Amino acid sequence: MSDIIYKSISQINGPLLFVDNVKNASYNEIVNVILDNGERVKGQVLETRNGVAVVQVFGSTTSMSPDSTGVSFTGDTFKLPVSDDMLGRIFNGFGEPIDKGPKIYSREKVDITGAAINPYSREEPSEFIETGISTIDGMNTLVMGQKLPIFSGAGLSHNRLATQIAGQAKTLNGNEKFGVVFGAIGITSEEANYFMKQFENSGALSESVIFLNLASDPSMDRIILPRVALTTAEYMAYEKDMNMLVILTDMTNYCEALREISSSREEIPGRRGYPGYMYTDLSTIYERAGKIKGRKGSITQIPILTMPGDDITNPVPDLTGYITEGQITLSRDLNRKNIYPEVDVLSSLSRLMNQGIGADHTREDHRGLADQLYASYAKGKDARALSEIVGEEALSDSDKKYLQFAEDFENKYVNQENTDRSITETLNLGWDMLSILPKEEMKKVKSAHIQKYGKWEN
Amino acid sequence: MKNDGKIYSISGPVVIATDLDGKMFDVVRVGNLGLVGEVIKIVGNRFTIQVYEDTSGLKPGEPVISTGKPLSVELGPGLLKSIYDGIQRPLDIIQSETGDFIVRGASAPPLDEKKEWDFQPVLKDGDEVEEGYILGTVKETDIITHKIMVPYKVNGVIKTIKAGKFKVSDTVCTIQSENKAVEVKLKQIWPVRQARKVFLKFAPEIPLITGQRVIDSFFPVAKGGTVAVPGPFGSGKTVIQHQLSKWSDADITVYVGCGERGNEMTEILTTFPELQDPKSGKPLMEKTILIANTSNMPVAAREASIYTGVTIAEYYRDMGYDVALMADSTSRWAEALREISGRLEEMPGEEGYPAYLGRRISEFYERSGNAQIIPQDKRTGSITLIGAVSPPGGDLSDPVVQNTLRVTRVFWALDASLASRRHFPSINWLNSYSLYLDSLSGWFKSNINPEWPQMHALMMGILQKESELQEIVQLVGYDSLPEKQKNVLDIAKIIREDFLQQNAFDDTDTYCSINKQYEMLMIIKTLNEMQEKSIDAGLKVTQTATLPVRMKISRMKEIKEEDFNKFYNDVIKEINNEYNNIMESVESV
Repeated sequence: MSDIIYKSISQINGPLLFVDNVKNASYNEIVNVILDNGERVKGQVLETRNGVAVVQVFGSTTSMSPDSTGVSFTGDTFKLPVSDDMLGRIFNGFGEPIDKGPKIYSREKVDITGAAINPYSREEPSEFIETGISTIDGMNTLVMGQKLPIFSGAGLSHNRLATQIAGQAKTLNGNEKFGVVFGAIGITSEEANYFMKQFENSGALSESVIFLNLASDPSMDRIILPRVALTTAEYMAYEKDMNMLVILTDMTNYCEALREISSSREEIPGRRGYPGYMYTDLSTIYERAGKIKGRKGSITQIPILTMPGDDITNPVPDLTGYITEGQITLSRDLNRKNIYPEVDVLSSLSRLMNQGIGADHTREDHRGLADQLYASYAKGKDARALSEIVGEEALSDSDKKYLQFAEDFENKYVNQENTDRSITETLNLGWDMLSILPKEEMKKVKSAHIQKYGKWEN
Repeated sequence: MKNDGKIYSISGPVVIATDLDGKMFDVVRVGNLGLVGEVIKIVGNRFTIQVYEDTSGLKPGEPVISTGKPLSVELGPGLLKSIYDGIQRPLDIIQSETGDFIVRGASAPPLDEKKEWDFQPVLKDGDEVEEGYILGTVKETDIITHKIMVPYKVNGVIKTIKAGKFKVSDTVCTIQSENKAVEVKLKQIWPVRQARKVFLKFAPEIPLITGQRVIDSFFPVAKGGTVAVPGPFGSGKTVIQHQLSKWSDADITVYVGCGERGNEMTEILTTFPELQDPKSGKPLMEKTILIANTSNMPVAAREASIYTGVTIAEYYRDMGYDVALMADSTSRWAEALREISGRLEEMPGEEGYPAYLGRRISEFYERSGNAQIIPQDKRTGSITLIGAVSPPGGDLSDPVVQNTLRVTRVFWALDASLASRRHFPSINWLNSYSLYLDSLSGWFKSNINPEWPQMHALMMGILQKESELQEIVQLVGYDSLPEKQKNVLDIAKIIREDFLQQNAFDDTDTYCSINKQYEMLMIIKTLNEMQEKSIDAGLKVTQTATLPVRMKISRMKEIKEEDFNKFYNDVIKEINNEYNNIMESVESV
């Protein structure tokens, strides 16, 4: 079928081509658009009717005309050749090498849409991942097979944090390393250079597959990229038994591309102009994280998104938060105080934390300790807010202690620069922090654990 | 092959076919893969079909075949312990047949067609029966006896009925009606979009006991009632839904995971078989049916999943059971409606939702209630509907929330700020309400304590007062409050921390019996009275705050059910003793 070139374009409208007299184009099929200068651009069938196919061009329709431009149908949906030769390589959004290395040849070609994992086949994620970061390991634990996004804002340290996690992440038994799939969506070339340098420095590059879509590349590539990245990760995880960490940055750019394409298709917009199906669309990306019963590998996802105007109710973080299993939120206040990583623990959450902690995984006191730190820090922040109104002098003695706790907690527990803290260090540090508070107010930790791990005198 | 249609066009999940011999809402098989779809619009020779699976790769000209039946569920023994997708395909069977990923066009019978069930008739040959009569029973699981009922619109005389082992498609009874003989099988088929009829519905009077303190004691829901649980992400909607399906005293639980996370369904699948039903001590799965249509499974099947769930719930209600249906989340269902409506190019209403959103939501909640099934016997059953709503940004003015609140009678407002300080369940006690308080107070008075309504009012009053006082504290500081008001803050803190907060992940605290709840409240009430007395005697709140019994009260959640009565009597004694002692020591100075 690919031999036939249709020269029957009747209409070009934005990125859409209307091709007439096509007998049976299939829905979502990939097409090649051939310009008169021999240039080839890919496209996809958006709608097909008897005799007419509506094609969305990936990229620009510049210099296309009904007379000079031809369309050939591949008869197939987007399939990616996958192989383990992809490790250590750099690709564009379509999975074509851009590092001057050889092309990837493989007999295995996989549809990038990916099928939904049967909920019955999923294995409950429960294996603790040590990231070396106290606010994550201690309070918002990441487990293998989880999808835990970083909610950030322009200018915050999400990139640094993501590369640090990629370099440090390991499991507790055997310190098994992760393979990394890194998908950069619409980032600037400066950011891209930063990531490449970090990956080279940490030696993670040889275990990584990198997909790059720069800010200047076409929007449609941004829609394809995460799917290509996840298809690669699925192959490594489920066929090659690797534990994969997928980092996607920046999902806000992805959503904006989705909005742009939706508006060019003249669809009815939902909230803030984003399409009504954005929840479903995002879920087809995020839900590809997980573990499957009887298979060794796993996919853990850390999508990064920058919240426009630091607004967590913006549709991008909002819909993401409804799909992912928690979120790590970065705080501008802490960033201003020169604290790194500036994780705002109170608005962060890991839904799968309980499965990955406790005596079987980390330590028996982990849950109670984390809850106590949360509650005490919340109280300390309340005291801080109150002291801003009535002055520190007017605070009760108890409030003063909590105020001090909040300061210490931010400066010593949250703040850790580039150190890689083991989980035991993190837990002990937590008890250190609590020791300035009255022992009898520690209602969230078990009495036995206070005895065993507490740092109070007597 | 006269009803072979042909695909004319494809756009996402919406396919238009021509020359189809189909009626509105018929289920059709689309394309060479045989994808499942439903006719939703007919214009001339063009049939618009909503397809429940991904349509990638379909081509115009491929065949479309009508099954001639509307979207239906199979009802019969074997429903319990199953996990289905939105259109009642058994996910465990599908997995064993097609692997770990869901393949398109997969199909398997919803009920195990090979399994034999032991049928015991309760009626005999020659008995006159009408629709809804119970013909006999099947022991479906250790705790649930399945009742085989006369199908709708069947009246007549039993020609034959036999005991023995039968498969679901075997005939167990033949009923001779006026002009024909009807064969009754163990299973029946019912269209999901049509509510099953009952003789009459009556007002709810019995609470659904959930073992969750803030719910049972503060915002109770009646059996047969409706609840809306809206909240932003991370506020604990799913944990509440899970807790209710684990601990509520409903006979049957139907859990519909509608457009939510895959790993959450896995959590249910791994934890429920290990958990015990608090009433019977048997594994929880024996009374549970799961419907899982995760967010990345096809959107049209998500739309159907709610109806599949509620139809199964109605079937068990008709047997005389109390059924609780949890839907997590109805917002995803509404979004599915919106997405399909957009593809049909319908004129959008608010926020792009179709104009019929409100009607669809109220239709769904209307399928709840207490009902007497048939006039001839006293059999009653109920369906309690508990719907989580996930409004964007937690904004309660969202159309799905607003339309839901119009028809539901209990509102548990989940609060992100409570959640972020780890106050769980994060049900805000000032914004939430239950309109069943009056109708349930009779039950609480006769089963728990005649003083129950007063206790409820007292506790709510203290919490209300606390929020007013906190505003004053913000302005003038805590120290300038009179002692009586400091006492209110002190007691309110105890209510919040030692009563309302409940740890779902703690073995003891996860379930709290209604009697323990009342005794806990009695302790707080006694403490309040004694503390007020001590203030009258000239003592300060700080002086009594260090009494040893206070430490005991702060740990009362941790006391096991069986030890609680003794603990309660001890603590009441200790409160009286310690406060009387300290008051005496002041007076004697």
